[in-house]
Amino acid sequence: MAPQEPRAGEAPAASPAAGGRQVWRRLLARRTVLAAGLVIVLLALIAAAAPLLSAIEGQDPTSFHNDLLDSAAGGVPTGSFGGVSAEHWLGVEPGTGRDVFARLVHGARISLLVAVGATLVQVTIGVLLGLAAGLGSRLLDQLIGNTTEVMLALPSLVFAISLMAIVPSDFPRPLLLTLVIGLLGWGGTSRLVRAQTLSLKQLDYVAAARLAGAGRWRIARRELLPSLAAPVITYAAVLLPSNVIGEAGLSFLGVGVKPPTSSWGQMLSGATTWFRADPMYVLLPSALLFATVLAFTVLGDAVRTELDPRAASRLRVGTARGADGPTADGSGGPTPTGPGPSNAAEEATA
Amino acid sequence: MTRFLLRKAVGMLGVLLVLSLVVYAVFYIAPGDPAQLACGEKCSPAQVAQVRERLGLDAPVYLQYAHFLQGLVAGRDFSAGTGLLHCQAPCLGISYRSGEQVTDMIAARLPVTASLALGAMVVWLILGVGTGLLSALRRGRLSERLLTALTLAGNSVPVFVIGLVLLIVFCAQLQWLPFPTYVPLTEDPQQWFWGLLLPWISLALIESAKYARLTRSSMLETLADDHIRTFRAYGVSERHLVTRHALRGALTPVIALTAMDLGALFGSAVLTESLFGLPGLGKLLVSSVSLIDLPTVVGLTLVTGFFVVLANVIADVLYAVSDRRVVLT
Repeated sequence: MAPQEPRAGEAPAASPAAGGRQVWRRLLARRTVLAAGLVIVLLALIAAAAPLLSAIEGQDPTSFHNDLLDSAAGGVPTGSFGGVSAEHWLGVEPGTGRDVFARLVHGARISLLVAVGATLVQVTIGVLLGLAAGLGSRLLDQLIGNTTEVMLALPSLVFAISLMAIVPSDFPRPLLLTLVIGLLGWGGTSRLVRAQTLSLKQLDYVAAARLAGAGRWRIARRELLPSLAAPVITYAAVLLPSNVIGEAGLSFLGVGVKPPTSSWGQMLSGATTWFRADPMYVLLPSALLFATVLAFTVLGDAVRTELDPRAASRLRVGTARGADGPTADGSGGPTPTGPGPSNAAEEATA
Repeated sequence: MTRFLLRKAVGMLGVLLVLSLVVYAVFYIAPGDPAQLACGEKCSPAQVAQVRERLGLDAPVYLQYAHFLQGLVAGRDFSAGTGLLHCQAPCLGISYRSGEQVTDMIAARLPVTASLALGAMVVWLILGVGTGLLSALRRGRLSERLLTALTLAGNSVPVFVIGLVLLIVFCAQLQWLPFPTYVPLTEDPQQWFWGLLLPWISLALIESAKYARLTRSSMLETLADDHIRTFRAYGVSERHLVTRHALRGALTPVIALTAMDLGALFGSAVLTESLFGLPGLGKLLVSSVSLIDLPTVVGLTLVTGFFVVLANVIADVLYAVSDRRVVLT
């Protein structure tokens, strides 16, 4: 099992200051992570350059091309593979004739923006409330704790669908998606941060800071936040791909972004009508969605293994128990998580 | 055990009460005038006022909520045109669009979603636990890495993408299966099965890799336990060891996860039903959302919340029943 992890061969010694850089180096040393990273960078570039890309193709994502559709067949694009041609690189949308390539690259913007934005909202709310619960009075802790439990018990997709529907349609949809996904998904982060804060609070260095006269806000900012970074980043890396799926799902159901704005999920919402006649149209957004989520998931998984050595050894449980001890110690030193906090993280996620 | 159940039941009621309050607040107070929504766009102010009175929306908000709760526990009456319409407990109100009782609408569609969820569960347990056990018993690097890769992939596909790909392959290209339709089990079990096969597989494929990985690690952990080593030292055969002694402990987390997932499955069920056009709760939700039929939306949200909370309690209990080391307090 040892050769599977590149870090096993490395020298375990590293100064705490180099922790972040070390994690980066180890992450980049894995081929799958590198591939996932490249996919994400590529997607981000595509999203950023969407207008440019569709301009190079000479198309835009919103104009109709009825002349390219076979009206006798119910609006299926003429030509093979969904109407692929020199003008329309990936064909045109059945029913409307809008350019698929242009819609796909513009859809990347929505997927990434909404997912990243929603993750930021979730993490911000979660960290603030978790810190407040962990550091505040008993009453505040109970209040936030119970609210978090209710949030976690909410059937979030159901709630999101309903919220998306009752907000007036002149509110910008991508922003609304970001807010709805973000506001419904902070429960996990809040619970995690609260548990971490409670155990970090007991440590000597925090007590020392308190004795030196530091206020709650200063303790939260200067003493706790740096130690919270690792578990929160890990958790955010798990949230991100699920937010991509969330956006796609809502748009697929027809309550997310509305045409003429395109998103991958929204392109797929018409797919049930066209999957027989034009499979290409269905497969393209599916493949992009899959690649995006997979890349984020692989990256998130790797980040978790690097930042929380215990998670790594848990996943490999039974295969080589004895060997995990020293490896975990070696990489556990430089990372900001000490043994105490990651215990709490386990309890919080269990 | 009784005390534990009681405590859980009280906690569950608490969460549901808060949930109902939140749902009620969000949907009835925030987005404008429910009476206008109930009546439609073209209603005159007089008509709107009439509807408001009929649905009891003219009372103060806290009273409305109290009436809503009263309806849930004891039923309530609505004045409908000429006479009174009695809505039996648990009453979730009356649909603005169809005039049906929300409870009836939900009850009529529950079998569809239940068929979908339970069938998918059977498929993912067979697939997931089966491969998980196999790979645990013949452990090796390859099967472990394969499972890890499959789990990652399974986590990365939205259920409607898998469903669409399955549709393209099995319905459109190979033509092995008809487009899924729902036929009640009581009407024709065979058609029920074939009609739901693709939805089951779509849902199960996503879950099963996770179960395989969990089964595998849990089995390996149990096999490394002291009591299993003792049995082995006494000369119990490996086969007996696995089937008689290890399996019970190893499947405990699997059972608990199943209960939790089943409760939370509704989200994927909405997408699956919407993709395959199955007339279940998810389809009802999407259509009532697009019609802004508030009572139905509120009712569905509460019912799904109820199932999620219930599933959590069941998971706890199952955990205790299948693993005697767990003591419920």
